[in-house]
Amino acid sequence: MNGAAIAPAGSYLGEGWDARSWFTTLDHKRIGILYTAAITLLFGIGGAAAALIRLDLLTPHSELVSLATYNKLFTIHGVIMVWFFLIPSIPATLGNFLVPMMVGARDLAFPRLNLFSWYLFVAGGALTIYALVSGGVDTGWTFYAPYSTSYANGYVYAVATGVFIAGFSSILTGLNFIVTIHEMRAPGLTWFRLPLFIWSMYATSLILVLATPVLAMTLVLMGIERFAGIGVFDPALGGDPLLFQHLFWFYSHPAVYIMIVPAMGVASEIISCFARNPVFGYRFMAYAILAIAAFGFVVWGHHMFVSGQSAYAGTVFSLLTFLVSVPSAVKVFNWTATLYKGRISFEAPMLYALGFIGLFTIGGLTGLFLASLGLDVQLHDTYFVVAHFHYIMVGGAVMAFFGGMHFWWPKITGRMYPETWARSCAVLTFVGFNLTFFPQFIVGYLGMPRRYPEYPPEFQVWNVLSSAGAAFLAFGYALPLFYLLWSLRHGPRAPANPWNAKGLEWQTPSPPPVENFPVAPTVQEEAYAYRSGEAGHG
Amino acid sequence: MEHPPFFPDAASTIAGSVDALYFAWIGLSGIVALAVAVLIVVFAVRYRTGSRAARSILDPAAHERRMRRIEVAWTLAPLGIFLGMFGWSALVYYRAIAVPADALPVYVVAKQWMWHAEHPAGEREINELHIPSGRPVELIMTSQDVIHSLSIPGFRIKQDVLPGRYTTLWFTATRPGEYHLFCTQFCGASHSRMVGRVVVLEPARYAQWLSARDGPGTMAARGARRYRELGCGGCHGAQAAVRAPRLEGLFGGRVVLQDGRSVVADEHYLRDALLSPERAIPAGYPPQMPSYRGRIDEEGLVEIIEYLRSLGAAAPEGEP
Repeated sequence: MNGAAIAPAGSYLGEGWDARSWFTTLDHKRIGILYTAAITLLFGIGGAAAALIRLDLLTPHSELVSLATYNKLFTIHGVIMVWFFLIPSIPATLGNFLVPMMVGARDLAFPRLNLFSWYLFVAGGALTIYALVSGGVDTGWTFYAPYSTSYANGYVYAVATGVFIAGFSSILTGLNFIVTIHEMRAPGLTWFRLPLFIWSMYATSLILVLATPVLAMTLVLMGIERFAGIGVFDPALGGDPLLFQHLFWFYSHPAVYIMIVPAMGVASEIISCFARNPVFGYRFMAYAILAIAAFGFVVWGHHMFVSGQSAYAGTVFSLLTFLVSVPSAVKVFNWTATLYKGRISFEAPMLYALGFIGLFTIGGLTGLFLASLGLDVQLHDTYFVVAHFHYIMVGGAVMAFFGGMHFWWPKITGRMYPETWARSCAVLTFVGFNLTFFPQFIVGYLGMPRRYPEYPPEFQVWNVLSSAGAAFLAFGYALPLFYLLWSLRHGPRAPANPWNAKGLEWQTPSPPPVENFPVAPTVQEEAYAYRSGEAGHG
Repeated sequence: MEHPPFFPDAASTIAGSVDALYFAWIGLSGIVALAVAVLIVVFAVRYRTGSRAARSILDPAAHERRMRRIEVAWTLAPLGIFLGMFGWSALVYYRAIAVPADALPVYVVAKQWMWHAEHPAGEREINELHIPSGRPVELIMTSQDVIHSLSIPGFRIKQDVLPGRYTTLWFTATRPGEYHLFCTQFCGASHSRMVGRVVVLEPARYAQWLSARDGPGTMAARGARRYRELGCGGCHGAQAAVRAPRLEGLFGGRVVLQDGRSVVADEHYLRDALLSPERAIPAGYPPQMPSYRGRIDEEGLVEIIEYLRSLGAAAPEGEP
């Protein structure tokens, strides 16, 4: 492929299409594309595992795969989707591309560190895929001890090492974003003029930097117990299995916010742009993002209400969980209010963003069921939980990821995507998603446990519906890959600002020049000044 | 064909209170989700590009104040509702975990991949649990290997079962019938086969079921045999020369430990006393108790505990 066929000379895509120009690039925009390629591949693997799971669950007796294979499939699905798709999805792709552009900088603060982060990510991913393909591992993505330390067969070390390495990629990316946002904002770009996407990247980075080391420690302790038999978690060796769960969820609950907070940022950008309105309650939205990130660190015990943790600990975690839900609820109301008195148009990114609101709302509301102590006992470790977190992490985060990809596609590639295809995919994804996951709430309250390849026959109807929905969902997720790639050559050339959007990234050509801005920008207005021309608004 | 189930059987005394919470949340979230959906649709239609709806904001300062009030209102409203629901759900939970004093104990040992239940009357079952209706039953559970979790959806109860300690679960079944029993904590290859059924019988039929089985004596009798085999009486017996605590009347009473803490001599304490005696020596006794870790399996432990429970507050006399 040569650059001139795709993008004009002088742009960051214009020259240098040999391997060296990509694999040694220090340009945050190109590194963002490297991440996009890597996570697309990994999303494919994780998605294929999900497809096999849903096919197997069509019948009550695991007829497609053996029990052991099924266990490996859901482990592949969880490990890949959590650590190698969802966590890096928005920050490492759109974040990498947009953070310097939105703050008006030439690049991230540490470009070499940024490239190094990508190599760490790829190394972790490669090791994990090697382990999963060559023999697999059946611990689930949660690695609960003492199963993982004393009983599980398979490539536990390799997968844990892969996740461990990828964790450093997260930490370094977070560090890079924090320094960039603090130090490299354009003149006039005060904290409360920052787009909410930048606020969300900032909060996410804080979580990445503070929580990921705990995961690394936990994995090391697990490896030590498994390797040397030193008792940390296994009571037979004098350890405590609940300690593992506390450490694991101390990371993994904030990790949920690593996935959803960036999605909130993306949704804010898109909704504001296509409603031609400033985000309702901008300051509150910024504070809410920070509050969610901070509170997210003190609710981990809600994963452990039936674990044997004390009832009093459970009570405190339940209360804190309800408190963290308040800012999330207010965000939903504020996005809705952003539409009020707007001039709304419905391009594909907007459809994705509205879908995001719907699915995130259902995911958030069902989270309240789970936060309720007396009710969680029935729902814990059933399909209700599976449905709930997919509504947040797939419904919410992936809808926003696709919305963001479409929204900034013209900026990233200099080409417009085919609008009709994209709108159809947004609708298809929304419908397919609900068909897949809504039945799981019902079968969850009936008591169907998660991680079961076999189930009582009366649960079959709900599982068949769910698998049928997954087929639609698969098309919704796969089609953009084709038409977006098609658009690289055949899409109309994109102007600098096809959506007539606010924000510094739209004030430079599409695709941007290597140095991002021909002239260093200065900022004179608030974020989302979509009504600034009207009477009564300065 | 029957229609697919929407809702599980409700067959325990707490099921109704859990279902009430469930329906309350369905109602509340239905209202909120519907309100958000309706607002989005109404705004999307009314304020679509090119529509003639008025957009101008005449008095920005008044508008700003109004918006601030709306924002405060929809922050405080969810906060109030959430706090209320928190309190309610905590009440349901505390009611669901408080074990009644007269509960019938059943001991459960979980292992890859089966549920092994022992009844004090002597019956042992695998992947089945026969219990009487209308009477509180307490499951005292432990695992021989990894973490399992015992779930009976028809009773709305679930509790993880851990190696190295006892966790408990109780219920009063209200309706005779058969109910699913699942392991809900992933425990390895045959996790999905670690399932069984709970059979709830009328009290009379339950008594019949108990007597119809020629068990190998009561659990306490099995425990007494283990007690003799391990030579416990050498120190704890009435004629023993060694100064060791008497075990009659111990169960359920309070024990003062060497560090001054006072603990209840329940199954947790007795388990410690047998496996990690250094943590359980009562004040005033020399630390002579050896650890039986590795010399007694989980079934043996619960049998000895049941034996000690059967000694109750009986007069401290006679060797078993």
